[in-house]
Amino acid sequence: MEPVFFYIFAGLTLLCGGLVIANPFTRNPVTSAMFLFLTILSMSGLFVLLHAFFLAAVQVLVYAGAVMVLFVFVIMLLDLKEEERRRMKLAAVVLGAVATGVIALAMIGAMRHSRVGLGLESNVAEGSTIALGKNLFANFALPFELVSLLLLVAMIGAVLLSKKDLR
Amino acid sequence: MKTLDQIFVLTQHWLTGLAPAALQPLVSMLLIIAALMAVFGTCFALTTILERKTLGRMQNRYGPNRVGPFGLLQPAADGIKMLTKEDIVPEAADKALHFLAPLALTAPVWLAFAVLPFGRNMSAIELDAGILFFFAIGSASELAVFMAGWSSQNKYSLLGAMRAIAQMISYEVPLVLASVPVLMAAGSLSLPEIVRAQSGYALGWIPRWNVLTPWGAAGFGVFLVAAAAESNRCPFDLPEGESELIAGFLTEYSGFKYALFFLGEYLGLFAVTGLGVTLFLGGWHAPASWLEWLPSWGWFGAKFSALIFLFIWMRATLPRLRLDQLLNFAWKFLVPLALIDLVAAAAWLKSGGWQFAWALETRWLLCATLLAPAYVCLGRHWRGGTPKPRRYHYAQ
Repeated sequence: MEPVFFYIFAGLTLLCGGLVIANPFTRNPVTSAMFLFLTILSMSGLFVLLHAFFLAAVQVLVYAGAVMVLFVFVIMLLDLKEEERRRMKLAAVVLGAVATGVIALAMIGAMRHSRVGLGLESNVAEGSTIALGKNLFANFALPFELVSLLLLVAMIGAVLLSKKDLR
Repeated sequence: MKTLDQIFVLTQHWLTGLAPAALQPLVSMLLIIAALMAVFGTCFALTTILERKTLGRMQNRYGPNRVGPFGLLQPAADGIKMLTKEDIVPEAADKALHFLAPLALTAPVWLAFAVLPFGRNMSAIELDAGILFFFAIGSASELAVFMAGWSSQNKYSLLGAMRAIAQMISYEVPLVLASVPVLMAAGSLSLPEIVRAQSGYALGWIPRWNVLTPWGAAGFGVFLVAAAAESNRCPFDLPEGESELIAGFLTEYSGFKYALFFLGEYLGLFAVTGLGVTLFLGGWHAPASWLEWLPSWGWFGAKFSALIFLFIWMRATLPRLRLDQLLNFAWKFLVPLALIDLVAAAAWLKSGGWQFAWALETRWLLCATLLAPAYVCLGRHWRGGTPKPRRYHYAQ
């Protein structure tokens, strides 16, 4: 049963992800946002298949609940007509294709050197909340704290930028 | 008494046993889903009539009393009215999103009931990260509100949706922060585990419910206020403020879709109330050892109904806030208080091993010195002396 669900979720992720950036029917940002939401949901389905319930819940909570809502909030304040009228520039298309190709090559290279499909059994234990917490706060405490520092910097930056009259 | 306590579990097992073996997991799930939908659907109908009756009495009038005895059939009449009404979709609306929004609001809320323990052995699924699942499900409603507001192509709808989303994001923070101390105390994210951690009695007669600790009492207060705001209840119902926004993001909805929004909103209230009972009021545990012969689901139901009545009472009593007051209240009062409550809970749990005389009193005093000044100072700061004239940034 699990392979069937894997292909359903993986297919949905790829399909919706594709529709986020290149929807042949509409150039409406709201449609893209909705498909991004579906992408995130089907990705959390993949986490569930790996028995990582904590990660699945956090994925929906953070990305669908917080990040997507902020996107949507910005979209609400924008003039969408202007975005729909915008034409694609040739240079942008070429540069985008080149960048995508380079990233794809790097990903393929990285994946070829990793041993895919090995040690999946042990992931069942690592996906649990307790194991994840122990890993984060014992083995990866420094990177974890550094990431929160990064977020703090971003927050201070946002506050500073949105302040109209400094001092 | 054991049988009465487990009657629903036993019935479910018996009915599952009737099905052929291959279909049993599916039948078992379907039975739970049907039971949840039946119980909370009925709850919805009863709450609407109870709410209107109570509001009526509190405002010195009768409330609905025409349909059936004491007006008890009013929900049925409302349902038939909603079903037979014309469904109007605006010409300019984004048809797909306009259609999907009420479904996107109502469907995920049903999922939230899956992790709540309604009685001993009575939770549909025992998830390792149950409470996170609950909050993750709750975040889908913000998107549904956006879909409703944006797709209607109506300025009142859009304004209402913006207000609603700003309010929901803001109040989700204190809601989650207020439940974190409970997770610290229980040492688990699983809701049945949290209920188990609240069993037993301190000093032989005080139940070990979280609300009966200093941090739990403060946390429960924050949780209740945030829960009322999350489910758009009065006094936080200004996304739907009829007087200024003609029902906000619901403006362009009629007929059964409108009813679905109402259903979703009430179900959200039920879910978050059930979570409050589970986190702070000891879940399905009885308040005293000599009352334990009553079934566990009865206790859950009693606490649940009491909280629902409290929400109705709040609606009848408190006036609506202004939007800036609402957001300031969340960020300048509730969030800092919830953070200080976290520290108080840590102090309380760390001092759990104290053995000397008056240890319990000292711990209470310690937490009180953390929480009481914070409450007073934050309250003063939030009110900020005499109110100044309001500046409208974008209207000048």
